[in-house]
Amino acid sequence: MKTSRVREALLSGARGLYLAVATLAGSITLFVLSVVSIVLIPLGIGVFTTPVVLQMVRSYANARRSQAEAWTGIRIPSPYGRRPGGGQGGVVGQVARCTRLLKDAATWRDLQWLLVDMTAGFIVVIFAPALVLYPVYGWVLALGVWEPIYHAGGGEWYGFIHVDSQTAANGAAVLGTALGVLALFLNPSFVRGHFLLARTLLAPTAAMRERQLAQRVDRLEETRHDAVDSSAAELRRIERDLHDGAQARLVAMGMDLGTIEALVEKDPAKAKQMIAKARQNSGEALTELRDLVRGIHPPVLAERGLGDAVKALALRLPVPTDVDVELAGRAGEPVEAAAYFAVSETLTNAVKYANAERIWVDVHHAEGMLRIAVTDNGRGGAVIGAGSGLSGIERRLGTFDGVLAVSSPVGGPTMVTMEIPCELS
Amino acid sequence: MRVVLAEDLFLLRDGLVRMLEAFDFEIAAAVETGPELSKALAELDPDVAVVDVRLPPSHTDEGLQCALAARRARPGLPVLVLSQHVEQLYARELLADGNGGVGYLLKDRVFDAEQFIDAVRRVAAGGTAMDPTVIQQLLSRRAADQPLGALTPREREVLELMAQGRSNAAIASQLVVTERAIAKHTSNIFAKLGLPVSDDDNRRVLAVLAYLDQGR
Repeated sequence: MKTSRVREALLSGARGLYLAVATLAGSITLFVLSVVSIVLIPLGIGVFTTPVVLQMVRSYANARRSQAEAWTGIRIPSPYGRRPGGGQGGVVGQVARCTRLLKDAATWRDLQWLLVDMTAGFIVVIFAPALVLYPVYGWVLALGVWEPIYHAGGGEWYGFIHVDSQTAANGAAVLGTALGVLALFLNPSFVRGHFLLARTLLAPTAAMRERQLAQRVDRLEETRHDAVDSSAAELRRIERDLHDGAQARLVAMGMDLGTIEALVEKDPAKAKQMIAKARQNSGEALTELRDLVRGIHPPVLAERGLGDAVKALALRLPVPTDVDVELAGRAGEPVEAAAYFAVSETLTNAVKYANAERIWVDVHHAEGMLRIAVTDNGRGGAVIGAGSGLSGIERRLGTFDGVLAVSSPVGGPTMVTMEIPCELS
Repeated sequence: MRVVLAEDLFLLRDGLVRMLEAFDFEIAAAVETGPELSKALAELDPDVAVVDVRLPPSHTDEGLQCALAARRARPGLPVLVLSQHVEQLYARELLADGNGGVGYLLKDRVFDAEQFIDAVRRVAAGGTAMDPTVIQQLLSRRAADQPLGALTPREREVLELMAQGRSNAAIASQLVVTERAIAKHTSNIFAKLGLPVSDDDNRRVLAVLAYLDQGR
């Protein structure tokens, strides 16, 4: 009980020291950079630097948000909207990005926070390391260090005590001890206080939340539309495949059987020939149905889950593929299916267009996210959009709030990463 | 020869029972769920088990898991696994213990009663019966690799049948040549692939399968 309190106080002291240094070094630098960059916008240069700097501010603020959660359990939600992917390149895109950021209320609140963080935030949090280090200094004085300082002409003050004798130095040690005891009780509160202060500016306001919700509704409408569309298209494809494939073959088989019935006595040799044909037709019908089933819901996925389904898929590829799976359980069936088909499509792309010689697939789950990376050493140059298979995958994942990112410089390698929020069971 | 059969669809189970009985097999048990299968395999000590991959109650690969568990308990217990789809992943798991007495076939293969019964007998005798689809997938993936690319078309044909688990005699009758000719082809194939020659049919098949599956 006692030792845990001491540990807690020391830990808070260390965290406080870290935060104090961060607020001074990070917040001041970023605030100055932001102001300079925004002031330079009329000159043109600012248009290019501002998005970069503001993005840095956001990352910095996000780091503080996650620290708050990790250290004190204070959750500070992020107010930033979803970054629309792509956008135009060149000067026009740059101006658009810059304007978008400057219009975003979150940007201005971030800058306010930087100001508060480097002043009030610093002051609140500096108490934590001070209450740990200052007592130590008191004891050091009492151990005799006061003497050389005093003789060198320094009229040293420890708190309100003028340290000019051993008695006064002992007093300093006593005061230091009292401060140390205070640290035991107050230190965690300083760090908490710092984050609570940060939350007032870093958490989204009601208006921002409302706007976020509105954006979310738009996004859901869009993805629902996509989902309905693509499932209708899927059903149409299945209907057509059944109609032209297995159904037609069964009709042919039925016809053959009728003919066989008529022939079996008149011309047994011919009948036997037709039986062989009917059997072949039934075999082909089964093959077609099997392929169709694989396209609807792969059997291995149903039997074993995502990890083994991806492994089985890799074994079917003509290109050597390493699969690394780290899943502690199974995701929901719809998520598994979406992830499977996304991987399948990505692998097909890698084989068909990228001319890859080797492919690596990594599937793992961490922090409520299913993360899949497909890397190939092909020729690269893949882009999302323009009717590529990748935008189809993006839409498919969108239904599950999943995202797709592609890094594919010309000449390769190509790395496609997908993230789908989900829980494992 | 005593068979334990596990298949959840009544029509197929019934058909298989009648087919096996017509070829003088004794049906020790015909069950429809995984737990029943495990019990039958443990208690009835069959000569061979014919098992559907997907069984109730979970409708996952329960049949395969029961078969693998039974083979761990009794190494070499002959098991012929049937499925609506074949996966190299499953074939690999069945072959992994290197004990032989394993079959893995598409359900379609029961259309050809004689071939199917031949496969059951082969597995019961400790041999192998791999579905042609599995072998074709293995071969097509490595078609261009040396030294597989150095095989003549005829040798590839022989290799394909050999990997399915057929004996020299069976391959000879299928390709309508003499057994001597097949023996010559096989020794050529083994020399080209650098595999040790073995008179034991089963070991030969496992060596070929392991060779085809390597490098992944």
